[in-house]
Amino acid sequence: MFWKLRLPLMLTFIVGLVPIVTFFLTERVWGVAFVRDRVEQYMVIITGFALLLGVVNVVQGNIRKIERRKPGWPFAVSLLLGLFVMGAFGILSAARVGPFQSILTAPDGSDTPFYWMTRHLFNPLQAAMFSLLAFYVASAAFRAFRVRNVEATILLTAAFIVMLGRTPLGEYVFSWLPNGETFLPWVTEWIMAVPNAAAQRGIIIGAALGAAALSLRVILGIERSYLGIREK
Amino acid sequence: MPETWYDPSRCGAPLVVLLVFCFFVLLFINLARRGRKLFIRRIAGIAAMEEAVGRATELGRKVLYLPGGGTLDDIQTIASLAVLRHVAGLTARYTVDLDVPNKDPLTFAATRDTVHEAYLQAGRPELFHPEMVHYVTYDQFAFSASVTGLMVRDKPAAIFLIGAFHAESLLMAETGQSVGAIQIAGTAEVTQLPFFAVVCDFTLMGEELFAAGAYLSGEPAMVGSIKGQDFTKAGLILYIIVGILLEIFGIHWFRDFMTIQ
Repeated sequence: MFWKLRLPLMLTFIVGLVPIVTFFLTERVWGVAFVRDRVEQYMVIITGFALLLGVVNVVQGNIRKIERRKPGWPFAVSLLLGLFVMGAFGILSAARVGPFQSILTAPDGSDTPFYWMTRHLFNPLQAAMFSLLAFYVASAAFRAFRVRNVEATILLTAAFIVMLGRTPLGEYVFSWLPNGETFLPWVTEWIMAVPNAAAQRGIIIGAALGAAALSLRVILGIERSYLGIREK
Repeated sequence: MPETWYDPSRCGAPLVVLLVFCFFVLLFINLARRGRKLFIRRIAGIAAMEEAVGRATELGRKVLYLPGGGTLDDIQTIASLAVLRHVAGLTARYTVDLDVPNKDPLTFAATRDTVHEAYLQAGRPELFHPEMVHYVTYDQFAFSASVTGLMVRDKPAAIFLIGAFHAESLLMAETGQSVGAIQIAGTAEVTQLPFFAVVCDFTLMGEELFAAGAYLSGEPAMVGSIKGQDFTKAGLILYIIVGILLEIFGIHWFRDFMTIQ
């Protein structure tokens, strides 16, 4: 019970107090800078080890999928191939072994194999995934702006004004009035800075207090679900 | 090198707010432990969790739980683990498949322990298998691609998106919607909340996410902390009103006191 419960709770209490106490103290107090820096460094080290655990899990899971010929197993082959080739190129480049003399560019100015794969395979795949967001935003907006009730109608009207006010067309619509070209952009800014900001701040204040209450529960050892334990 | 051992600009309002907050939270934890009944309003998203798992049981399809992209030093991830524990308990009870893909390696270690423990506590350890909690990748969009592919192939009946989400939120929630899953989301990321509110069936907004663990556990100490948080919020509203009135009347010391340099 000591190793699984008491020790983690003690460590959580001590480490949880560090950012709170160091927030109020200056670096004149012995150990403040040291502790503050060390906590951040330890987080990076622990994450590094945990990443190894993740990679092992990915390899095991995909090998199992290939062995059992589960549906989609060829994808597992391509994943493992990508993981090992990219990983090997990265490690060899970092260690400067043979032709792998750098992570990014070779001495003659050409791309290293690692950088070539990043630029020509990894980045385009990432960009493709990100660009899908435009289509999803369109379909989500269609669903949100359907006029079903009073709230949806207000949302639609506000969205229409904001979208129009942020385009050149918004300036043109009322340009026949004196100073009319600034009218819609002004309404847009007002919607964003007043009702929108007020609603967002309400959520942010609530969330901040909720986060602080949960942090306090964790520091005091009341909330223990992150340890996988609920017993008192 | 600063002159004093404490930072004077931070020891005004922030310290007062911290002390008031701790006072209320500890007071209500104490009251709850002494048996005082504390009312917490019903949160629709939390109440719907059992219904979502029940639906997955009826359809014979799996439950997908996404703990977000945050690591363990993100408090949203800690809140998500408490919800995961409850959901895993339900899937163990209803004998439904649970799938928990992870983006962060530290979170992966914690979710695996949480699910394992939930199955043990539900008295169904034989139903737990390590593959139900798996690591995918640390890259945001590679993770999205993997999870959306999983949704399209496996067609889960219930999807939980609880934790810290960023640009990937809509990709995953919209795909989940397209496969007809009942979706319950929860995050404190203000920029992602509108996406979840539009696409998901239920959304835990900000503080509801942090209250979920306490609400689900029903433990007096946990519930008491939510009540303490509510009283601090009432105090902050009072602070804001007083601040506005003083500023209107040209009295500025309150604003100066509340400002962090």
